Amino acid sequence: MSINMKTTNPFSVLKSHFRAACAATALLATGSLAQAADLNALIWCDHADPALLQPFEEANGIKVNVKEFEGTGAGLAIVEQSQPGDWDVMVIDSIDIPRGVEKGLFEPLPEDKLPFADLFPQVKMDSSTVVDGKRYGITEKFGYNTIGYNKTKVDPADMQSMAALIGDKYKGKIAIYDYYLPVIGMAALAIGKKTAELTEADLPAIKDELLKMKANAKLVGEVTASQTALATGEVDILVGGGEWVTAGLAKENPALDFSIPKEGAVLWSQSLAMFKDSGNKDMALKFIQYIMSPEGQARLATSSCYWGMPANSKAALSDEQKTILRFDEQPDFLARAQSYPAPNADLDKKMQDVWTEMLQAQ
Amino acid sequence: MSANGNAGRTLPWALVTPALGWTLLFFVLPFLAMGFSSLTAHEGGGFTLSNYSQFFANPAYWRAMVNSLQVTAIVTLISVLLAYPFAWILAEQVPERWQRLALMLAVLPFWTSYVVRSYSWLLVLAQNGVINRALTGSDLFAEPVQLANTRLATITGFVHFFVMLLTLTIFANLKQLSPSYRKAAADLGAGPVRTFLHVVLPLTLPGIMVGAFLTFVLCIGDYITPQILGGNNELLMPQLVMMQIGRRGDFPLASALSIILMAVVTVAYLACARWLKIERA
Repeated sequence: MSINMKTTNPFSVLKSHFRAACAATALLATGSLAQAADLNALIWCDHADPALLQPFEEANGIKVNVKEFEGTGAGLAIVEQSQPGDWDVMVIDSIDIPRGVEKGLFEPLPEDKLPFADLFPQVKMDSSTVVDGKRYGITEKFGYNTIGYNKTKVDPADMQSMAALIGDKYKGKIAIYDYYLPVIGMAALAIGKKTAELTEADLPAIKDELLKMKANAKLVGEVTASQTALATGEVDILVGGGEWVTAGLAKENPALDFSIPKEGAVLWSQSLAMFKDSGNKDMALKFIQYIMSPEGQARLATSSCYWGMPANSKAALSDEQKTILRFDEQPDFLARAQSYPAPNADLDKKMQDVWTEMLQAQ
Repeated sequence: MSANGNAGRTLPWALVTPALGWTLLFFVLPFLAMGFSSLTAHEGGGFTLSNYSQFFANPAYWRAMVNSLQVTAIVTLISVLLAYPFAWILAEQVPERWQRLALMLAVLPFWTSYVVRSYSWLLVLAQNGVINRALTGSDLFAEPVQLANTRLATITGFVHFFVMLLTLTIFANLKQLSPSYRKAAADLGAGPVRTFLHVVLPLTLPGIMVGAFLTFVLCIGDYITPQILGGNNELLMPQLVMMQIGRRGDFPLASALSIILMAVVTVAYLACARWLKIERA
């Protein structure tokens, strides 16, 4: 039951007042927004690394105020509850840029002032980052939701196929990364579906595959929990985890590795976008240019929060860092990877319901 | 009417106004906002009851509520059973001069971050954790037992967090109990067990119920512990609420689920209040 009373109904009015109140509270809570000349960035945890931010702050004599969020929904909610101009830049899933554009949040980026020519071509993600002929985001970091594993406990040959995830051999030795979109994408690949073509009709088969994975899994954990489980030997395989889990732990535990199985992997990609209402667009562009520079890319790729492939192929990584990230193998990986599922709101909701059922399955 | 009479009526209101204002600002208004949000559609706005109907129509959502109630009931029961003897020892057996130190030690766990404590439990219960090493090292078990990422782990974490809270409420109740009750019972020929069952326990039930209710409220609304220790092998209500917000930003559905959770807590409170006959006070 849904009655459209968007313009006059009291709920909309109350909602807008509620948002205004929340915005005031958010401003009070985020004392960091006090200095107008600063740069205010909505970010994921990898951007909070001082090793990444300090060189930019010192070079420009400003402070970058960061607020971390997890999940596009939560990020967009923060923006909605803020005043126009509160935020300058945002890190966002590349596939979700159209959601921000639709809400009128983002400013087109000047392509001639950013190193698009140096980006790995497959991660430009034009289908998401370009809307109505204008580019609203630039991919800064990417990787694969695939299979992470401990090669001393698992036969690496088994990790070349997702069939190993539903067999008996590794029952109880598997963790599943707790984010429904990429893992549903992996389940789709396992049953021979293309992630870009998923429809509601595919969900029953995907659900069956997820239930088989769950039956073998010891836990379904978010980033820290799944990384901890793999690092402590609680599990030997992580479904949905890739270099972002194993690369960061490589020095402490070189036995951790990842594979792109024959069925493929799901490409994740995060982008930077600039807010249309930013009052500091010059500095926002400088920040994006810094992050996309070879030095910025190297620091972002090896951030203490999580590692990932830099989108800029000229990132100033050391040989050791390139080895850990398997830099040289990227062309092959990219050729076999498929995009993140990008469902519309209705399918997204149904996918989340499938995921909820999977979590509740015993 | 005298000026003193007016002042007599005004003063209580003046004294209670800050508390009323606080409650209005930080409870009533947010609650109303959440209530309105729960009645709007995620896409396009407009009035709808679909957020509530989804909960009742989706078995996975129902299951989250059942899981939450089961876990909360078990945690509350175990916490009471552990906290009562602990509080009794503190109140009756520990000399007065050591009680302050004992109480400080009891509240010491609260000084550590909730998240850190949860992860610490995860490491204790893990396959390579202290408990499993002890079990396999002593040849009691050939293989490690799965303790982490289970409901047992969630309950263990919760009990650790809440048993001290209950201990403090029961301890306060025991300390308020006049020794003359026990003396009177002894004079009438009651032994220690009968005195405890028929005198001490009934008189400390209010403390137990208040502590149990606090445990119930904090436990049923907690997101962190089941998320870290439960391994997401079953969903509890707070996790279900968070799922709606993360990627989809479905605040109306999250609000509806929160209102339902709050309704359960209200029912628990009313049951508790009725049992304690608070309305007669």
